[in-house]
Amino acid sequence: MAKVSMTVNGKAASADVEGRTLLVSFLREELGLTGVHVGCDTSQCGACVVHVDGKAVKSCTMLALEAEGSEVATIEGQAAEDGSLNTIQAAFQEHHGLQCGFCTPGMVMSAAALLKDNPKPSEQEIRTYLEGNLCRCTGYHNIVKSIMAASGQDVSALAAE
Amino acid sequence: MYNFEFEKPSTVADAVAALAGDEAQALGGGQTLIPTMKQRLASPSKLVSLSGITEMQGVQREGASLTIGGAVSHADVAAQATDYPALAEMAGHIGDPAVRNRGTIGGSLANNDPSADYPAAALASAATVVTNAREIAADDYFQGMFDTALEDGEIITGVKFLVPQAANYQKFVQPASRFALVGVFVAKHADGVRVAVTGASEEGVFRWSEAEAALDADFSADAIAGLTLDPSGMIGDLHGTKEYRAHLVGVMTKRAVAAAD
Ligand SMILES: Cc1cc2nc3c(=O)[nH]c(=O)nc-3n(C[C@H](O)[C@H](O)[C@H](O)COP(=O)(O)OP(=O)(O)OC[C@H]3O[C@@H](n4cnc5c(N)ncnc54)[C@H](O)[C@@H]3O)c2cc1C
Ligand code: FES
Ligand code: FES
Repeated sequence: MAKVSMTVNGKAASADVEGRTLLVSFLREELGLTGVHVGCDTSQCGACVVHVDGKAVKSCTMLALEAEGSEVATIEGQAAEDGSLNTIQAAFQEHHGLQCGFCTPGMVMSAAALLKDNPKPSEQEIRTYLEGNLCRCTGYHNIVKSIMAASGQDVSALAAE
Repeated sequence: MYNFEFEKPSTVADAVAALAGDEAQALGGGQTLIPTMKQRLASPSKLVSLSGITEMQGVQREGASLTIGGAVSHADVAAQATDYPALAEMAGHIGDPAVRNRGTIGGSLANNDPSADYPAAALASAATVVTNAREIAADDYFQGMFDTALEDGEIITGVKFLVPQAANYQKFVQPASRFALVGVFVAKHADGVRVAVTGASEEGVFRWSEAEAALDADFSADAIAGLTLDPSGMIGDLHGTKEYRAHLVGVMTKRAVAAAD
């Protein structure tokens, strides 16, 4: 066991972990942040995407000890203190960007990473960026629409809900 | 995954020392190694992370060559290798954004997956793989599927690319894995054209010498229009037959030549 410390959603967090403890296990099991989902556990689906030092990573494919000293952001830190949704979350709600919601934490975190680098992405840029985020329900159209709306762009011409 | 000891040295020398023990293995971005360990296809007793070693970071131009640190992520190559646009473009299309934020050039070249992108770029660019112990020319480095000239415990500390006069990489994506079904990297150097093919051969990445000779004489897509590759020795699987892959190599090579700049 070794001690790992990091900042998660702005708060200091630390625990004793094994070498093999994945970042996702640390977040879910030590910190109770179960919004970070494990869909595949094989780096394919992106349900586990969180930000480590501002970059989107698949937390099922990173060791907790590799995040030592890092700033980690998860879906739990996206809404304001009073529970009001951030722009991306609100757009997913408004534009029906989710059905079962399993992929949504990863989608929202990937969308946040995209909009940080590219504040006005085209539809194609959004689709390309989401290559590593799988959704079994929505058919993606409304996810793309939600992200376009969150970036302040007109979505009236996109596929119907 | 079985448990292991974890070390994160801050110098190459300390990493080499930490790897000296028997079942120790280097950890790059973990994008291949962690899934492999979860499947118990690898069970090192110690992982030595290379992510804390500053001397393995950075992208530097020196004359005609571009040197990339062995622990530089695909995303950083995509953003920083602006002196070699075809290489930056290739790195920017590996896997997906989260994979590119963690996966490294050293890990990709050490792994030498027969469908990986970097091996084609390194071979076409006449790159030199720099390790803690020596420098290895790309022509001597790749030794077949998942096989390289690296010794146990040897670390890729950097890769020196020769920036070509013109280059392009064409990848026919296998959409489920996002690896190349076939990828062709064409690079026109002062002393000749190099054509490196990934995804196609059971021997891993290879140079297509007939196409190189034809392109040396005339650097145009038409120059290779009549060439065909022997399908025997190509990969045949549920995604594509040997014949299909052999055909795709020709198509992708023509596209790469037409797009090279
Ligand atoms: C969903 C997904 C999609 C992908 N798509 C693509 C794709 O389209 N194209 C592509 O090319 N790849 C793809 N990859 C693979 C990805 O590029 C990996 O990052 C890469 O193959 C391994 O690099 P790594 O840094 O993650 O290495 P690791 O997984 O950490 O290590 C891989 C191997 O290399 C060794 N190693 C690591 N670094 C070094 C070093 N510096 N010196 C010596 N040995 C070292 C390790 O010991 C291990 O044996 C994909 C991966 C995933 C999960
Ligand atoms: S759970 Fe991490 S990518 Fe699917
Ligand atoms: S909403 Fe169900 S998986 Fe995306």
